[in-house]
Amino acid sequence: MLHSRVTRTRSLALIGLAGALAMTACASERGEDAGDANTLVFGAAGAPKNFDPIFNDDGESFRPIRQMYETLVAYKPGTAELQPGLATEWTPSDDGKTWTFKLREGVKFHDGTDFNAEAVCFNFDRWYDMSGAAAQSQMIYYGDVFEGFAKNEGDASGDPVYKSCEAEDEHTAVLNLNEAKGAFPDAFGLTSLSMSSPEALKKYNADEVTQSGESFSYPAYANEHPTGTGPFKFESYDKSANTITLTRNEDYWGDKAKLEKLVFRVIPDENARKQDMISGQIDGYDLPNPADYQALRDSGAQVMVRPTFNILYLGINQKNTPELKDVRVRKAIEYAVNKEQLAKNQLPEGASARYQFVPEETDGYTDDVEKHEYNVDKAEQLLKEAGAEDLKLKFYVPTEVSRPYMPNPVDIAGAVSDNLDAAGIDVEMVQRPWNGGFKDDIQKHGNHDIHLLGWTGDYGDAGNFVGTFFGREKAEFGFNDKEIFQALADADAKVDDQEQKQAYEEAAVKISEYVPAVPLTSSPPAIVVGGDVQGLVPSPLTDERFVSVSKGQS
Amino acid sequence: MSILSTRKADKIDSLAEGGTSLAMDALRRTFRSPVAILGLVIVGLFVILAIISPFVAPKDPYRPYPELKAELTPSNIPGPMPGFLLGSDQNGYDFFSRLLVGAQQTLFVGVFATLIGVTIGMIIGGLAGAFGGWVDSLLMRLTDIMLSIPSLLLAISIAALMPGSQWTVIIAVAMIGVPVFARLLRGAMMAQRSSDHVLAATALGVKRRTIVFRHMLPNSIGPVIVQATLTLATAIIDAAALSFLGLGDSDWRRAEWGLMLGNAQELLSVKPSLAFFPAIAIIVVALGFTLLGESMRESLDPKNRR
Amino acid sequence: MLRFTVRRLLQAVPTLFVLSILVFAWLRLLPGGPATALLGDKATPERVAAMNEVLGLDDPLYVQYFGFLGRILTGDFGNSLITGDPVMEEVSWAFPATLELSVAAMFLAVLFGIPMGYIAARFRGRFLDNATVVTTLVGVAVPVFFLGFLLKYIFTQEMSLLPPSGRQDVLIDATRVTGIATLDGLLTGEFDATWDAMLHLILPAVALASIPFAVIVRITRASVLDVQGEDFVRTANSKGLTTQIVRKRHVLRNALLPVSTTIGLQTGLLMSGAVLTEKVFAWGGLGTLLEQAIQQRDYPRLQGLILLFATVFVLVNLLVDLSYAIIDPRVRVR
Repeated sequence: MLHSRVTRTRSLALIGLAGALAMTACASERGEDAGDANTLVFGAAGAPKNFDPIFNDDGESFRPIRQMYETLVAYKPGTAELQPGLATEWTPSDDGKTWTFKLREGVKFHDGTDFNAEAVCFNFDRWYDMSGAAAQSQMIYYGDVFEGFAKNEGDASGDPVYKSCEAEDEHTAVLNLNEAKGAFPDAFGLTSLSMSSPEALKKYNADEVTQSGESFSYPAYANEHPTGTGPFKFESYDKSANTITLTRNEDYWGDKAKLEKLVFRVIPDENARKQDMISGQIDGYDLPNPADYQALRDSGAQVMVRPTFNILYLGINQKNTPELKDVRVRKAIEYAVNKEQLAKNQLPEGASARYQFVPEETDGYTDDVEKHEYNVDKAEQLLKEAGAEDLKLKFYVPTEVSRPYMPNPVDIAGAVSDNLDAAGIDVEMVQRPWNGGFKDDIQKHGNHDIHLLGWTGDYGDAGNFVGTFFGREKAEFGFNDKEIFQALADADAKVDDQEQKQAYEEAAVKISEYVPAVPLTSSPPAIVVGGDVQGLVPSPLTDERFVSVSKGQS
Repeated sequence: MSILSTRKADKIDSLAEGGTSLAMDALRRTFRSPVAILGLVIVGLFVILAIISPFVAPKDPYRPYPELKAELTPSNIPGPMPGFLLGSDQNGYDFFSRLLVGAQQTLFVGVFATLIGVTIGMIIGGLAGAFGGWVDSLLMRLTDIMLSIPSLLLAISIAALMPGSQWTVIIAVAMIGVPVFARLLRGAMMAQRSSDHVLAATALGVKRRTIVFRHMLPNSIGPVIVQATLTLATAIIDAAALSFLGLGDSDWRRAEWGLMLGNAQELLSVKPSLAFFPAIAIIVVALGFTLLGESMRESLDPKNRR
Repeated sequence: MLRFTVRRLLQAVPTLFVLSILVFAWLRLLPGGPATALLGDKATPERVAAMNEVLGLDDPLYVQYFGFLGRILTGDFGNSLITGDPVMEEVSWAFPATLELSVAAMFLAVLFGIPMGYIAARFRGRFLDNATVVTTLVGVAVPVFFLGFLLKYIFTQEMSLLPPSGRQDVLIDATRVTGIATLDGLLTGEFDATWDAMLHLILPAVALASIPFAVIVRITRASVLDVQGEDFVRTANSKGLTTQIVRKRHVLRNALLPVSTTIGLQTGLLMSGAVLTEKVFAWGGLGTLLEQAIQQRDYPRLQGLILLFATVFVLVNLLVDLSYAIIDPRVRVR
């Protein structure tokens, strides 16, 4: 009796030992974490909303979409310049109202159907004909570019720029517009305007966006069956494990992806992303905190700094405080801010002070703008002249957010407040969560006097910067200056590149004299990848394509 | 009432049984224990620091210094340099001065959170204890429900309702203490009710109000002080937790340890001391109040008088 | 016993009822009102008006309340504003993670807490005792999240011994059965998945265990001291039983009764701690859901989670009550 018990215990122990050994064996087999050379794991900061390009407007959704989809016109890796995408050529008519696209041959969607002129027109028609306020309200970029729908149901209330699309032959699509727009052709490269498979769109009811009580429900196409032409195909999105898995498209028309599998893992916590990177759990992540650059480099990771293509500004709302209607006061605010010091103290390496809203590399940038460089005495003097020595301002600042142009909004705002205080302006900082009221307060209600916000360019067009900010009356800035609105509208309508450049330069000078807001800094956002990752080209548009990326010694 | 509340309640009630006459006696015994003395020393130093810090801080804690800003970048926060004992914080402010002044703000949050908790709790408990009957049942039912929500969640729910400010934090943290103090005072007063001197006073025809205010309340204050000491410690920690969750004070300039710790969590790889020093300060102070409170509680506990 | 059970159950009902009223009122107190909160960024005056109608906010309050009660009773807590997924669905994904973490933490707290409490009691008043008491007080004074950072700093940044965050290596393609990572590996025979999950579990479990550990040590100590003074122990001693037997059969066994019930009572502390610990270790459980909901003001999710936490808490209390009544019959008549 006793004997048998001992034996049983022993054999149990043996089984346990064997199990433990098996585990250790498995563990050592795995070796380095994320060590599989054919799989790349990229840490994402947030979950994508869905995978239908047209219904998205944020970077977290765009990242996977950019691997699965392609646009007619593409951006040359590492720049904002254009290169052929699904179209090999694109030509405008003289009046800029007709665009003819020569399409690439031999391209297939992931579901095996052909990419051709009809598919292109199907996509354009789908966007234009989209019905339902819910669906329309989710098409932010379409609204920006094309301004209206066949039948406007939501907040987008403009006249549609789009008129019609014809498939001239199998590989020639002709797009007719109601008016010329300066945004083209660059805007054809917007990720939102990626080409989807018409068959898949129909099969998975792509247009059925519903507002279900307190939020939106997206159709099967957007959630489970995104079908593009890109180098990676959608495999799965495991919401419980927070991972999106893409696999190589073996039938891709161009050079096939070097990786077999591309995994995006959602890790909401910034610190966790960094530590996962250092410990080798993930092969890369976007927008590392500038504070972590050194630690990441020390661990052998590559911190790749993108070319700058953004602007951080101190917005001014003229509505609530009468003093701000005085241009001298607005200039005083600009004189009071030490932008160079700000760039150095609070922004990542490579950041620089800005005195206009258009980036240096883009047409429309000019040295002729009125520069208001840091000068406290001048600021005080201007305030005195304007009788605004007791200026009191509510400074709205977003929290719980990190944007490429402002990694740590509160610290940046702190430095700006210190500057304004030094010039005798009484600043009360009001913090609002990015999603919990900040955008509403600024862009809808205009509750603020001054605020911190910025913008990353979508494509290389000055209108995408200044036009977006000052093209019309907005709650954000609370001014109504017909001259500026007109100058920007005129510039946007110019078809000739040279004329347009000049028009935007003139507008830039006007804006610098009017100071509707204070441009602060541009900062290069970074993307970090492991030391063994090759072929990732950082893009000023954050438009990185992983097709050329490989891992390991090879 | 559930056992949890029974248990929490038992603990509270056993403290309540002590009473003040015993408290003086207990207090004398308390300060024979080295643990209590350690607690008292920590708390004393903290309070002194809180009072004098604005006068002894070598620099203005609320403005940036060009010397510090000269070398400040997001990945390099200057360390100690002449005139700045602990170097800069992430905004180019003098970290050492902020750490010193932080004592005052931290004490402020802790004390007011506790005081508000005590006050509201005592009003509820006092009413219940003085009136008894259905008032008592109703109020105690209410405190039981408050006790049944995990404390941090209670604070979170309240903080989410209001815009982030120092008072939001104070009120949210204070609410955690309310049911505890309500129970405590009620228990103490119930114990007084049947005590000889209250019975005697009643028999002599003393008015109920006089009995409550002259006899029952003063004699119930000892246990409340003990519990308040313990609550101060948790209040400071809970306030730090709210800051950590982003529900804290939104005045970025304020030097308060919990806030400083919450704001430094992303800077661990740049300058860990920005998080470590406030954290250590919080731990030491919380420990001080806990040591003091626990020793007082132990000497009040009738069981330990054998 | 049956009568007792029924009585306790009936007592839990009003608590939950009042809680539901509180949460209902809470949502209506939020800045901007429920419609604005629910619509989030997309709240235009027209949409708010439409939403108010959909939500029936023009109805009398009591009608609204019973509608709300009806929905939550059928498990409909609405959709998260962040992900658009139903809150209950999100909870079902996240719950196993939190359960795993809490159970592991409690296991550690008991494993080390009871022996330490016992030892402290045996050496009452001596150095070992004082050291233990001070340790537990320090344990309570250290903010949980700071302890988490500290552990992470030491064991991942400095020593590279353990994974810093998450529940499992991304590349481990584990089959999901229960959602409890360590258990799933055992069930499916994917032992490496279990091993990996356990490595991930260690640090957060230790951090979360700190407070229940301190409480268990102190209760064990107090309880052992209590029992040692009881008559039956003195009797046993005077009967001439060896110290060993007295300690084992009489002291420890009786002292463990109150300890075992306090374990259940730690749920509230664990829940509060889980919110903080999960943030530090990006754990992805209920705490993470809650923390995100706070950051992004996801009110439907926040409302669902708070109600859920409170309900679980009340139910656990109920279970503890019942088990206590089984162990100690005197409670039933109280």
